[in-house]
Amino acid sequence: MNEIQITGGLLLAGTLFMLGLIGVLIRRNIIFMLVSVEIMLNAAGLAFIVAGAKWAQPDGQVMFIFILTMAAAEVSVGLALILQIFHQLKTLDSDAANEMKG
Amino acid sequence: MNLLWLIPTLPFLGAFVLILLGSRLPKKMVPVIGAGSVGLSALVTFFVGSNFISSSLTSYNFMAWQWLDVAGLSSAFAFHLDALSLLFIFVITFVGFLIHIYSAEFMADDDGYSRFFAYLNLFVCAMLILVLADNLVLMYLGWEGVGLCSYLLIGFWYAEEKNGYAARKAFIVTRVGDTAMAFGLFMLFQNFHTLNIQEIATKAPQLFPVGSETVLIIALLLLGGAVGKSAQLPLQTWLPDAMAGPSPVSALIHAATMVTAGVYLIARTHAIFELAPIALLVVGIIGAATLLLAGFAALTQFDLKRVLAYSTISQIGYMFLALGVGAWSAAIFHFMIHAFFKALLFLGAGAVIMALHHEHDMFKMGGLKKKLPVIYWTFLIGASSLAALPLITGGFYSKDQILWLALAGENGNIWFFLVALLGAFVTSIYTFRMVYLTFFGKEKTHVSHVPGKLINTPLIVLAVLSTLAGFIELPHDFFHLTVFSNFLKPVLPSIAVQEGFESIEYMVQLIAAGVSVSGVYVAYIFYVVKPELSDELKSSAADLHQFWFSGWGFDRLYNFLFVRPFVFISTINKNDGVDKLYAGLVALAEFFHRIFSFTQSGILRWYIMGIVIGGILLLTLGLIS
Repeated sequence: MNEIQITGGLLLAGTLFMLGLIGVLIRRNIIFMLVSVEIMLNAAGLAFIVAGAKWAQPDGQVMFIFILTMAAAEVSVGLALILQIFHQLKTLDSDAANEMKG
Repeated sequence: MNLLWLIPTLPFLGAFVLILLGSRLPKKMVPVIGAGSVGLSALVTFFVGSNFISSSLTSYNFMAWQWLDVAGLSSAFAFHLDALSLLFIFVITFVGFLIHIYSAEFMADDDGYSRFFAYLNLFVCAMLILVLADNLVLMYLGWEGVGLCSYLLIGFWYAEEKNGYAARKAFIVTRVGDTAMAFGLFMLFQNFHTLNIQEIATKAPQLFPVGSETVLIIALLLLGGAVGKSAQLPLQTWLPDAMAGPSPVSALIHAATMVTAGVYLIARTHAIFELAPIALLVVGIIGAATLLLAGFAALTQFDLKRVLAYSTISQIGYMFLALGVGAWSAAIFHFMIHAFFKALLFLGAGAVIMALHHEHDMFKMGGLKKKLPVIYWTFLIGASSLAALPLITGGFYSKDQILWLALAGENGNIWFFLVALLGAFVTSIYTFRMVYLTFFGKEKTHVSHVPGKLINTPLIVLAVLSTLAGFIELPHDFFHLTVFSNFLKPVLPSIAVQEGFESIEYMVQLIAAGVSVSGVYVAYIFYVVKPELSDELKSSAADLHQFWFSGWGFDRLYNFLFVRPFVFISTINKNDGVDKLYAGLVALAEFFHRIFSFTQSGILRWYIMGIVIGGILLLTLGLIS
C-alpha cells in the first residue's frame, strides 16, 4: 500500500469523524446523536485498519473487532436509555433532559 | 495528727452535700451542715494543733495522693503542717466557724440560704488547701479556689446589676496579680526543677547569691500575686467594691482570711524574698504607701462597710510593711489580731445594717448605743483594737511591734516609721469617726430588728479574742513575753534590732500610744463636740474630699488607662480584622463557584462541546511542544 492510499484512508477517516462529531453537536434528536456516535466509532475503526495496513500488523484489525463489539454493546445500552428518556419525557429532544443543571 | 486531711475535707463535704441537696433539705438542716462541717473542722484543728505542739516536731507532712507527675514536675496532693500553717488553719476554721454561726441568723430570710452556706464552705475548703499545700501548684489551686468563691459571694445577690459588676471587677483585677504569680511559678520551676516549697527554701540559698537578678524577678512576680489578692497598691481597687457581698462574706473573705493570702504567700516564700533585698524593700514601700492611701480614703467614706474595707486595705498595708522590713512574725501576729477584730467589726457592722433596714450610710445612723448594747460594746472593743488603744487592746501590741521594727529592725528606717505612725493616727481618727457617727448622737433611723443569740455570741467571742490574743506577745520592756514569736521561730527567722535602738523602745511605744489616743480625741472633737466643724472642713476642701472619697481616683485612672483603650480597640475590632482574610477566601471561592455553576446547564451538547474544545486544546499543546 503506497503513501497516497494511506493519506486518502486517513483523510476519509478524519472526514467521517468530523461529520459524526458535527452531527452529535448540532443534532437535537437523540436517535440521530446515537447514529452520529456510531459514525465516529467507525471512523476510528477505519483509521485503525489503515494504520494496521501501513505497518502490516494485525493489531489494527484486532482493534477494529474490539470497536465493533463495543459499538454493539453501546448501541444496545444507548437504545435502552433512549427508550427510557422517551418514556419519561415524551420527546426525543436531548435538550429537554436538562434536569441536572447546576 | 493523722487527721490532718479531715480539716479541708470536712468543709468540702459540707459544700458537696449542700450543692447536691441544698434546695431539698429542710431549712433547719442547712446551717447545721454548713456551720457544723466548719465547726468539726475547727475541732479537728484543735486536736491536731495540740498534738503538734506537744510532739515537738517542727513540721508534719501528709500526702494524700500523687496529683501531677509530668516531665519532671511532680506535685502531690500533700499537706505541710508547721507553725505558720497551723496558725492560719486555726484562724480560718475558728473565725470561719464563728462567722458561719452568725450567718445562720443573718441570712435566715434569704432565698439563697443553702447556696450561701455551700459557697462559704467551699471557700473555707479552698483557703485551707491554700495554707496547707506543700507545693506551689496545690497552693495555686487553693489560691484560685478562694478567688472563685470570692467572685461567687460578692455577686451573691446577683439580681442587682452592680453586684455582678463588683464581682467581675474583683475577679478580673485579682486575675492580673494571679497571672504574674503564675509566671513566677514558671520561673521557679525553670530554675529549681521543683515547686515544693520546702525544697525551694533549702535550694534557694545554695543556687543563688543574695541580690541575684533571677531571684529578684521571681520575688517581684510572686509579689504581684500577693498584691492582687491582698488588695495592695496598685491592685487595691477591687476590695471597696467587694463590699457588695453579704456582711459575713466581707468579714470572712474580705477581711479575715482571703485577703491575707498575699501575706501568707510572702511569709511562706520568705527564703526567696530574703535573697532579693530590693523586692523586700518594694514590699515595704507598697505596704507603707497603701496603708496611708487607704487610711485617708477611709476618712471620707460614708458607707459603713466601705470604711471597713479601706481600713482592711490599710491594715494589710501594715502587714506588708512588716514583711518588707523582715519582721515576719510581727506581720503574722498582726494578721491574727486583725482577723479577730476586723471580723468582729464587719459582723458588728452587718448587724447594725440589718437592724436599720439595710441602711449603709453612717450619717443616717446614730444613737444606737442604747438600742443595740451588745453590738455597741463589742464594736467598741473591735474599734479600739483597730485604733490600737494602748495596753488594753490586742491591736496595740501587734501594731506597736510593727511600728517598732519598722524603725529599729535590720531593714527598718525612719521613713517607714513615720508613715506607719501617720497611718496609725489616721486609723484611729476614721475608726472613732465611725463609732461616734454610728452609735452616738441622736437616733436617725428606727431600729427594726434586734439581733438574736446567734449573732451576739460570735461577736462576744471575737471581742474577747481580739483583746486577749494580744497578750501572748508583749514588748521587751513590758513583761517581755514572746510566746507567739517562739511558736513561729522554726518557720520564720526572727529579726534582729539595730544597735543603739533598745534604749528608745519605750519612747516609740509612748509616741504610738499618744498618737492613737489623740486620733480618738480628734474624732471626738469633730464628730461629737462640734459636728459642724467636720462639715466646714469638708466644704473647704471639697476637691480633696472628693479625691479621697473616690479612693484617690484610682478607678478613674484605670478606667482611662486600661478600660477605655480596651473598649476602644474592641470597638475597632468589632468585626474581627484577622477574620477578614478568611472571610475573603470564602467569598472568592463562592464567586468562582457561582461562575462555574453556569456551565452546568444540563444541555448535553454543551458538555460535548466542552470535551471537544478540551481535546483540541490538548492536541494543540501536544503538537506544539
